[in-house]
Amino acid sequence: MSAVAQLKQTALADRLAVLESPAGGAWANEARADARARLEAMGLPAPRDEYWRFTRPASLNAPVPVPAAIFDHGCEAPVFGAVDRLTIVFVDGVFDPDQSDPLEMAGIEIERLADAAGKDIHWVRELYGKLEARGQAPVERPFAALNTAFAADGVVIRVTGPAEKPVNLVYRHENENSDAMLHHVVKLEAGADLTLLENGPAAARFNKVLEVEVADGAAFHHVRTQGRDHERQAVTHVFARLGAESIFKSFTLTVNGRLTRNECVVEMKGDNAVAHIAGAAMGDGSDDAFHHDDTVFVTHDAENCESRQVFKKVLRNGAVGAFQGKILVKPGAQKTDGYQKSQSLLLDDDSTFLAKPELEIYADDVACSHGSTSGAIDEEAMFYLRSRGVPELIATDLLVLAFLADAIAEIENPAIADDITGRLDAWLQRRRS
Amino acid sequence: MLKINNLHVKLEEEDKQILKGVDLEVPAGAVHAIMGPNGSGKSTLSYVLSGRDGYEVTEGSASLDGMDLLGMEAEERAAAGLFLAFQYPVEIPGVGNMTFLRTAVNAQRKARGEEEMSAADFLKLIREKARTLKIDAEMLKRPVNVGFSGGEKKRNEILQMAMLEPKMCILDETDSGLDVDAMKLVSDGVNALRDEGRSFLVITHYQRLLDHIKPDVVHIMAAGRIIKSGGPELALEVEHNGYADILSETA
Repeated sequence: MSAVAQLKQTALADRLAVLESPAGGAWANEARADARARLEAMGLPAPRDEYWRFTRPASLNAPVPVPAAIFDHGCEAPVFGAVDRLTIVFVDGVFDPDQSDPLEMAGIEIERLADAAGKDIHWVRELYGKLEARGQAPVERPFAALNTAFAADGVVIRVTGPAEKPVNLVYRHENENSDAMLHHVVKLEAGADLTLLENGPAAARFNKVLEVEVADGAAFHHVRTQGRDHERQAVTHVFARLGAESIFKSFTLTVNGRLTRNECVVEMKGDNAVAHIAGAAMGDGSDDAFHHDDTVFVTHDAENCESRQVFKKVLRNGAVGAFQGKILVKPGAQKTDGYQKSQSLLLDDDSTFLAKPELEIYADDVACSHGSTSGAIDEEAMFYLRSRGVPELIATDLLVLAFLADAIAEIENPAIADDITGRLDAWLQRRRS
Repeated sequence: MLKINNLHVKLEEEDKQILKGVDLEVPAGAVHAIMGPNGSGKSTLSYVLSGRDGYEVTEGSASLDGMDLLGMEAEERAAAGLFLAFQYPVEIPGVGNMTFLRTAVNAQRKARGEEEMSAADFLKLIREKARTLKIDAEMLKRPVNVGFSGGEKKRNEILQMAMLEPKMCILDETDSGLDVDAMKLVSDGVNALRDEGRSFLVITHYQRLLDHIKPDVVHIMAAGRIIKSGGPELALEVEHNGYADILSETA
């Protein structure tokens, strides 16, 4: 065994030593055992792994998390509070029925994973861990396999028509030492429509997997904010498989957090599908640390599909942003329209943006492009604003919001987009005062 | 109102002197024009007065109502009543025109210790001012200057001027890129703002604009200095004979 492989296995053995397999029925035990086998074959990430060159996995690998202080939100209105929604609350990774709405709504079946794992629900059985397993090639994602093997809670949702209102998963962080894993499975049947909202830090260290099957003609809208606890760490994965004429749109807002790695793996299997994946991240390295990594893999395996990746990062005081985005166009995926944009706004010389855009194309009639930039505040715009009497700090914030605007524009629901913009604005204002 | 004494300015990046001793005084309520060939330093003068980075004042002074302009930040100059209508108004994608203007109006008010304008009052005022400049509601909602035609950009500059109500307005080649109708519209907007407490410094290449915005005094600038000053007839002379005569006469 090579030295690197040895490191990976040692890290895994240390981690496994402190984990317990959750209780479940036959199918769940089998799915978890399969995941564990996948995990054992790969080990945990090591610093020299191709997809971990920009982000150090050590604190995500460690058997116990680094404690994270709880962020005091004061009297601030809850995220998505103005949206009529079904709220499901997890506290440090455990479902809390008292704070949650009853799990029932027109157009959907919904259950917590801890319950569903003990029952034989065919659509859960057919999906749990399956998209994660598909997403392990060509790039390994050990934390996702770890999650499938050990996550005890989460939700399973089946949507059969237009959902009556959005489902909001709220992740509260109340214990400074919590190490949470949640695994959600969402199945949208043909023509169904669901908006899934997620917010909150969840834990000192959070590992989350979301598997989404979007059948023909269905639409899935996903908006999340990751919680402002400065010291929190998170590794999250979204695995989506899209049918013909389906729509998948995902937007993530991240401010603060010591370490965040968000992976999104989308497979377009039916013709004319649309996938938009967007993220806005804003971090200040002087608040403990800020390291944000977006790793995206979009596979076009059908004709005439459109994919967009729009990722924007505002970095200051030693903050680090990373983007690894890939578009793979398989043979026969003609008329693919794939685009990725990853941009950073560096507010000082101490911050760093690392980007690795990749295109791999095996069809001849496609339009694929990428644009990656990093730059400072536009001096012309700055002078224009100041010449009108806008002080430098306010002008900077206006330009920061402007920079993030095209990522936020990917949120389709205007009320939710306004909520996000308002929060960014408030965050910037608080920093100024 | 505006007093410039022996102003010498060089570029920060390279050792190049642009202004070589400009003397100029614009009294309250007056309209002065500066004409001059390309590269004479007209735009530099407007940028230095409004506080753009990249220039170094090596000698001389500039003041607005007795306040030393050169020691102030750009936003402080604006709050003190200075306004520059840009030759090339800057496009700022992502910042709404309304948000921008409201932020500017209230920042200036705050800097002067005045109360901020309410959203309702602001809306009422901007609609009224926009109407006279034929700026529609759609243009107010769009990002600052993005996708605006040349004429729209210049009208937007005048709208900002009308909203901010500065004491000293510098118009840097506001006529460039305008057709006859647009020039009339922009000039009407400027003339509507003429007031005994407000002064204008109009920088232009052409006499045409001065047909609409009638100056009290015309200055000719060349090689970083004002080489001749006179009445409106000086602009006509330039229009007919070019700068060659004046340049040779003062050389």
